[in-house]
This record gives sequence, structure tokens and C-alpha cells, in this order.
Amino acid sequence: MSGPEIISATDAGLTGCTQCGKVWPAGTARCGRCGSHLHPVDIRSLQRVWAWWWAGLIFYIPANLFPMLRTSTMFGTQENTIAGGAVELAQHGDWAVALIILMASVLIPIAKFIAIAYLAFTVRVPGQRGGRHLMLYDVVEFIGRWSMIDVFVVAILSSLVQLGFVATIHPGPAAVAFALSVAFTMLSAQSFDPRLIWRVPPTPDPEQPAPQVTRET
Amino acid sequence: MNAPLPPIEDLVACPHCDALHHLPSLGENERAFCARCGSLMVAPRARSFLQVLSLAFSAMILMAAAVFFPFLSISSHGFGHASSVFEVAMAFSDSWYAPLSLAVLMVIVALPALRFAGLIYTLWPLANGRPPWRHAAFVFRMVEESQPWSMAEIFVIGTAVALVKIGGLASISFGPAFWAFCCLIIVNVLKNAYMSKSAIWEAIGKG
Repeated sequence: MSGPEIISATDAGLTGCTQCGKVWPAGTARCGRCGSHLHPVDIRSLQRVWAWWWAGLIFYIPANLFPMLRTSTMFGTQENTIAGGAVELAQHGDWAVALIILMASVLIPIAKFIAIAYLAFTVRVPGQRGGRHLMLYDVVEFIGRWSMIDVFVVAILSSLVQLGFVATIHPGPAAVAFALSVAFTMLSAQSFDPRLIWRVPPTPDPEQPAPQVTRET
Repeated sequence: MNAPLPPIEDLVACPHCDALHHLPSLGENERAFCARCGSLMVAPRARSFLQVLSLAFSAMILMAAAVFFPFLSISSHGFGHASSVFEVAMAFSDSWYAPLSLAVLMVIVALPALRFAGLIYTLWPLANGRPPWRHAAFVFRMVEESQPWSMAEIFVIGTAVALVKIGGLASISFGPAFWAFCCLIIVNVLKNAYMSKSAIWEAIGKG
């Protein structure tokens, strides 16, 4: 998809606004149209990605160890962790539902951590990466917020199932840890600057033809 | 870098990959995609601000209904209980989890409502052909930047998952707030389809 005729704003001595797309001379601090901070494409921005990434990972551990739900019925009280709830459903024979929950609450968060780490590692390697990395980034950005669904399910269950001694459900500490983990992972993904994917190594190739600005309608 | 660049006002950098483009003025139904990463840069202009404005108003009304009407009710063995959206968010409020209640309320009610209000503030003068109001750039930027944190649609899907989990334990009935929330999601999708971010930025920039 990328040809030699496409140049980055950074290489042309300009800074593009990541919010509204307007172009300013390099060194401009704020976009004059939308007011967002203009930041040059800089590998050091990865520090923020890693900081949020670790915060998310740390909170992901208690999110899995502590109970998410506390169910009291006539037969006693039961505490369920994320994986425990899925296992129990599977034992009842609800394989499909168990699999979906396991996918959404265990597999996708782990895949997200791996994907962000992969993106952050590979942008350090020089060379063209292109569209597939951006697609991965888009998927991570899109999926990230959907993990919050577990927290909402806990909220709905524990506010709705208040049936005296028949059954009551209360949230467990893992709900808080999980919500924080998801929020930190979202911040980690948002801190990743996708422009890094196309970052050209600082030394320009003299053999390259003069860059032409392209347009597409 | 010796190629003569067009004047800086005519250049657009892809917010995704930083590729520099010279954007000619587009026709009514043309779109422009980034030549490098393929992301949509300019959406058709034909869909006017007025449509987005009216959708934002509908969304505000639906949100009011979603907050104040009963959301779900449950009954089993003679016991019954009903919850509003507000009570759902408050599920975490009776212990040290309380901040989570506030966060849930923020992302499913307050933030979506504020974003619609911000959109109305930005588009009201623009749709009437007048210059943008003060701080419109700031307001619209906040509307755009808070997008990932606005989770009303995730909440609705969460309801479906919760119902599956309750399963045979009890019988559930939907309140008007549930349907209001569902409509809200549809209105929001329509709004996203009609809205052209670049056209709004351009209009704000001219004012």
C-alpha cells in the first residue's frame, strides 16, 4: 500500500494534528484549529504505553484471583472468580456460554496485553511495517473498551438479584481490579502513537526520488 | 525534501499514520481515504449538520427516559425486585467499591449525555449557518477525545449477558428504560454514520 511517493508530515518538516489533521510547521505547540497538543512522532512516547501496560497487568492479577461475584442462596454462599464462573457453567453443561465468557474475560484481555507489547516492541525495529500493524492496533483499540462488559454484568446482576433468601448477589473485589485493569489497558493503547508504525529511520536515502504529495478523491 | 509543497493550509496529515496529503475540495458525495493506511479522512459533505443535530437531540431525550424509567425487573418464588439504570450503577456503592459506582455512572450515563450536549453546542450555530460559539473547538475536541470512554452500547450488551447468566433462576421483564437504551444505541450509530468530523473541523476553523 505504501509507495515511495508518500511522505510523512514529519519528514517534510511539518507536524500534523492527530485530532483534526491540520498541518503546522514543526515546533508548533498547539493546533490553532482544535487546540490539541501537537507532539512530534517520538519513540519516547512508548514509555507511557509501557507504564500503563504494567499498571494494567498488575491489576489483572487480583482481578483473576479474587471473587467477582458473591452469590447467597438458600443453600449457602458461593464466591466465583472469573474463570471459576465459566468452569461452573461448563459443569452444568452450558458449554457454549462458558466458552463465550472464557473468551471475553480471559482470552481477549491476555491477547490485548500481548498485542500492545508486540506493537511497542516491533516499532523499535527499523523498516517498513505498514497496514497489518495498524490493523492490529485498530483491533486492540476497538476491543479494549468491550472488556468493561464484565463489570457491567456484575453491576446488573448485583443490583437486580436481590430476592431475599431466595438469592442475592453482591460484587466482589475482583470487579474493581478488573475495571482498573481494563481502564489502564485502554490508556496504554491510547498512548501508543500509530504514526510510529510508519516512522522512517532518521537517515534519508539519497537514491529515493523526490517525494511527491499525493491526493486521493 | 526538495519537492515544492503546496501552501500549508491545503495540506492534511493523516491522524493515524502521519502521511501528508494535498486535499482538493471534494464534491458532495466524494470521500477521501489515506493513501498509505487507508483510513477515512474526509466523509461526504452532503449529510448536513442538521441531521446530526436532530439525532443528538433525540439521543438526549432517550437518555433522560433511560435514566428515570425502570430498567429491568425480576421475580422468583414470590420475591420481586426492580432496578433503574441508576440503581444498577449504585450496585457497588455499599462498600469501599463506591468509586466504581461513580465510574460506571460516568461511562454509561453522564459521559454519553455530555457528549451529545457538546455536539449540540458545536453544531447548533453551524447548522444555522452562523459562526461557531465560543470554545466550540474545545468542546468538540472533548466530544471526540472522550469517545472511547462512552460505553452505553457496551452496557446494553452487558444486559444480554446478565440475562443469560440469570437464566432459569428467575423471570425477567424489561422496563421502558431498557428499550430507551436500545433506541439510544441505534440513534448513536446513525449519528456516527452521518457525522463528518473533518467537515465540522473545517467549519469551526472558518469561524
